Amino acid sequence: MSDIKKIKDDYLNKLNNDLNIESLNQIKTELFGKNGKISNSFKKLGLLPTDERKKFASDLNSIKNELQDKIDSKLQEIETKEINSKLENEKVDVTLPEREFSRGKIHPVSQVIDEISSIFSEIGFSVEEGPDIENEHYNFTALNTPDNHPARDMHDTFYLDNNKELLLRTHTSPVQVRTMLNGKPPFKIIAPGRTYRSDSDQTHSPMFHQVEGLHIDKDINMGHLKGCLNYFIKSFFEVDKIKMRFRPSHFPFTEPSAEVDIGYEIKDGKIVIGEGDKWLEILGCGMVHPNVLKNVKVNPDKYQGYAFGIGIDRLGMLKYGINDLRAFFETDYRWLNHFGFDPLDVPSNYRGLSR
Amino acid sequence: MKFTIGWLKEHLDTQKKDSELIEKLTNIGLEVESFENLSSSLDSFKVAKIINAEQHPNADRLRICDVDIGLNNTVKVVCGAPNAKKDLLTIYAGPGSIIPKNNMKLSVSKIRGVTSYGMLCSESELNLSNESEGITELPTGKYSDKIGKNFFNSKTEKVVDLSITPNRPDCLGVRGIARDLAAAGAGKLKKISLENIKNNGSQKIKVSITKGKNQGCTVFGSCLIEGVTNKESPKWLKEKIISLGQKPISAIVDITNYVMLDLNRPLHAYDADKIDKEIIVRNSKKGETFEALDNKEYKLGDDMCVISDKSGVLGLGGIIGGTRSGTEMNTKNILLESAYFIPRSIRKTSKLLNIDTDAKFRFERGIDTQSIELGLSKAAELISEICGGKISNFDIQKTDKHEKNKIKFNISLFEKITGFKVNDNEIIKILTDLGFEVSKEKFELDLKIPTWRPDITQSIDIVEEIVRIKGYENIETLQPEKTKIKDTLNTQQKLFHFLQRSVASKGYFETVTWSFTDSKINKLFRENLKEIKIVNPISSDLDVLRNSIFTNLTFYLKKNLDRGFKDISLFEIGPIFKDNKPGEQLTVIGAIKSGKISRLNWNEKDRVVDVFDVKKDVIQTLVEAGYDRQSFFVRDKSPSYYHPGKSGSIYLDKDEIEPVAFFGEIHPNILKKLDIKTEGLVGFEIYMDYLKENKIKIKDLKTNFEYSDYQKSERDFAFVVDKNFKAQDLIEIISSIDKNLIRSIKIFDIYEGENIPQDKKSIALNVTIQSSEKTLEESDLEKINKLIISTVETKSGAKIRS
Repeated sequence: MSDIKKIKDDYLNKLNNDLNIESLNQIKTELFGKNGKISNSFKKLGLLPTDERKKFASDLNSIKNELQDKIDSKLQEIETKEINSKLENEKVDVTLPEREFSRGKIHPVSQVIDEISSIFSEIGFSVEEGPDIENEHYNFTALNTPDNHPARDMHDTFYLDNNKELLLRTHTSPVQVRTMLNGKPPFKIIAPGRTYRSDSDQTHSPMFHQVEGLHIDKDINMGHLKGCLNYFIKSFFEVDKIKMRFRPSHFPFTEPSAEVDIGYEIKDGKIVIGEGDKWLEILGCGMVHPNVLKNVKVNPDKYQGYAFGIGIDRLGMLKYGINDLRAFFETDYRWLNHFGFDPLDVPSNYRGLSR
Repeated sequence: MKFTIGWLKEHLDTQKKDSELIEKLTNIGLEVESFENLSSSLDSFKVAKIINAEQHPNADRLRICDVDIGLNNTVKVVCGAPNAKKDLLTIYAGPGSIIPKNNMKLSVSKIRGVTSYGMLCSESELNLSNESEGITELPTGKYSDKIGKNFFNSKTEKVVDLSITPNRPDCLGVRGIARDLAAAGAGKLKKISLENIKNNGSQKIKVSITKGKNQGCTVFGSCLIEGVTNKESPKWLKEKIISLGQKPISAIVDITNYVMLDLNRPLHAYDADKIDKEIIVRNSKKGETFEALDNKEYKLGDDMCVISDKSGVLGLGGIIGGTRSGTEMNTKNILLESAYFIPRSIRKTSKLLNIDTDAKFRFERGIDTQSIELGLSKAAELISEICGGKISNFDIQKTDKHEKNKIKFNISLFEKITGFKVNDNEIIKILTDLGFEVSKEKFELDLKIPTWRPDITQSIDIVEEIVRIKGYENIETLQPEKTKIKDTLNTQQKLFHFLQRSVASKGYFETVTWSFTDSKINKLFRENLKEIKIVNPISSDLDVLRNSIFTNLTFYLKKNLDRGFKDISLFEIGPIFKDNKPGEQLTVIGAIKSGKISRLNWNEKDRVVDVFDVKKDVIQTLVEAGYDRQSFFVRDKSPSYYHPGKSGSIYLDKDEIEPVAFFGEIHPNILKKLDIKTEGLVGFEIYMDYLKENKIKIKDLKTNFEYSDYQKSERDFAFVVDKNFKAQDLIEIISSIDKNLIRSIKIFDIYEGENIPQDKKSIALNVTIQSSEKTLEESDLEKINKLIISTVETKSGAKIRS
């Protein structure tokens, strides 16, 4: 008994020393190897008298377990230490730049079109589109602007043939005509898209974007027009209050017609939309002219409604503080990066129009 | 349309403040462009007297004048006019004044060493006349007690500039504006007072309107005024003309202009002695010519409305007069014309000849058919008052009676359109004030439309008149209803929206460029599409519609490279054009990528962008949009602007005719021609119109969830194939062996070189095999292995590499 007690004490002592994996294995062999001290002690078991054997066996087993546990825990201790010291040597400078990533951008015109579509979607409008090339009938005549009408001079038109039959649409209003000709009332649409006029300076670009709106039903009146635009402007500029003014004006395709001004003020050199005592003209609208309805085979005695046209680029300029219209179309990488939007920023009703 | 408040008040009896009038104008649809104090610019011109004039020491022709301008001290003015003499009454402009003729602003300046405080003005400098020899000489009797007073007595005159919409010709005259304001409650419209002019004898020059196809003149009124003395206009008239920014010419011309601005009644004065016998209003014959008052010679076409005499064309009716019969200072007898020309005819002729005049602008919008005599009376009265002369009877030739148009107006339409009510009496008052003759019958109004309102033809126009005068602020704001008739976006629009953001999410900047481009660049990308010219381009380098998105993208890529950017990713989604007809356009995404990946990166080696970068972007975009990668088929055909060996086209399915996309390196020749300097340029195009709608909807796709838990096995193969054998075909052969067992095939190595024959290459691939029914045994795997090898070898002529 004292022999094995001694083995135990000796080795527990040894195991308390600072060991590495090799010396621990050495100890393991010394104890539990083929000729190890514990193994040998088990071999003695058979030589003992029966009455002592049981006790000795029990003692020896408990010493064996104790040593084994000690070795296991020691092994874990060494391993942990070794991993720790290994990891210590693997340390990198995490302040070095991350791997390269590239971030794309959505052009402000596209973003604003999506914002507009999202707002009008909420009040039941759907999106229609039409061709960039139009014939003179859809762009003018069907819209109650016959050839001898001076209002045609208000549009500097790009022509694609010498007979002036084919042209680049000067507004998105021909989409109204196409939509109504191809369907049956009620109509409740917006039509965003490219428009063209041969005009170029600081505030005019030969190409720009418009969104057309059209709502035709049995009893749509000017009150609905006012309500719709008021809702749109407030939502678009993300303000609670908006000062709006409807002024009589003239467009051949609407009667009565109006231009709409919104209130603004200049604060710290920036335009603030909503309040203020200055007026800014932002769109034209009116009740669709009975002649237009007749031209598209809608009975003006049964159906009536409103239409409007808004400059998309200009809305974007006002909302996002962009000064130069022409910069929209000049593809300056710096400009696109600054004024562009993250592709994941999809304007929507539940997430909000803009961050 | 410009006018002064003072002039307005000649027609409008009002107590309203100027600011109220201005606001009212805007509220009734006469948009105020500007409202400026005229006095600020003309107040600085003073009546002055030269007290002393002595020779300038350093200049023979200059004099130094001491000028009394009504202050305690005289001012010194250096003047070059020979008539600048002691005691002369003249007009002085102080420093800060703006000279009307040339808009030059005066300042204190040294002239040959002598300081001059302001300037003494000639009549031409003040636009008073063409007299530029010497300074203005004012008559002593009238001005000697006015020294220091403003020369222009329009002291508080304010000029309003309105932007008049094309439907309102009546408001191109001050009276029309006054009438609108009166109707809107801003005052009372004054009656036009005409003294009884004595008409003596008949108009001796015969006038006739010849019947002809689309005769453009329906009324020609005239009178003869004999024995006039044409002269400079009196001051009040000059000031009126000047206040509107126009230049006085002579009394006769100024009077006709004045009546036009006042009543929107254009007139024309002929020198009666220059008319050969009679006036014939007729259609022109092709080839006729005449010299117009703008000193240009015009060659006429057929059927233009001309005023002529026995010798030929005198002028284009309602557009421009001719020099042959124009009035001059020595004109003795004049024939005054007041006529009606049909807008359509005016517009057609002026467009063809490219003439734009004040008269044309007014006639093409529609002149009051009943203002013929009023115009003659008013002008004749002024002419005889200022220039003397004997006025003949008025001769009116008519081919059309121009009776007032009538409308039956159902009163309820007003509320139906505007959503609010105005009581009948108020409606009647508004319309009456606007000049309508109104009679009420139950729920209807019988209306006679005033002849100065050619824009009013139907009931809806009456609604506009009432709501405009009543005020748009009375329209209620109704909450929008949220009822939807159909989906906001259709399938194609959703796809557009998705692809746009999908491409951007791969690091591309979206741009928007013009739909037109430079034909020289366009032809590099045009392929077999038709060139579509713009007849009137904004500039010669934007002369065609684009046949490809790449035209503008490459152009702007170069600009950004020139700015110092190297690694650029740009895309645009928009139209390209196939022909010049509506609908002949396609919606295309074009994307380009230049430079390197991982440039100047501390942990990754940089490399030039290549065809597989864009292939990844285009395929990933299509897959994200819901198209099945497994069915894609790639061909090595692509448009000629791509590198012929490093580009391809993608088909949604092997059987499709139209490719949905192209990708590849841009042809080096293109880079050379466009002078683009970059390490590499690759790009892709997606043709949205060829992307078919996905037949399987996401909700159906999701509900069909199948997977296998049985063990997967992987096997590697290497086949030696012909060099031009396509990897796609190899994959196709293997995957079609057993679609149920072969789950995926990955190519992990392509090898050419040592141990491989010159015309061959080795493709190494890894095949994943899994059953959805059982765990495959070694023997099953061995079977499929062998099948793969034998099938590939038979079908492709490949050899397994051992």
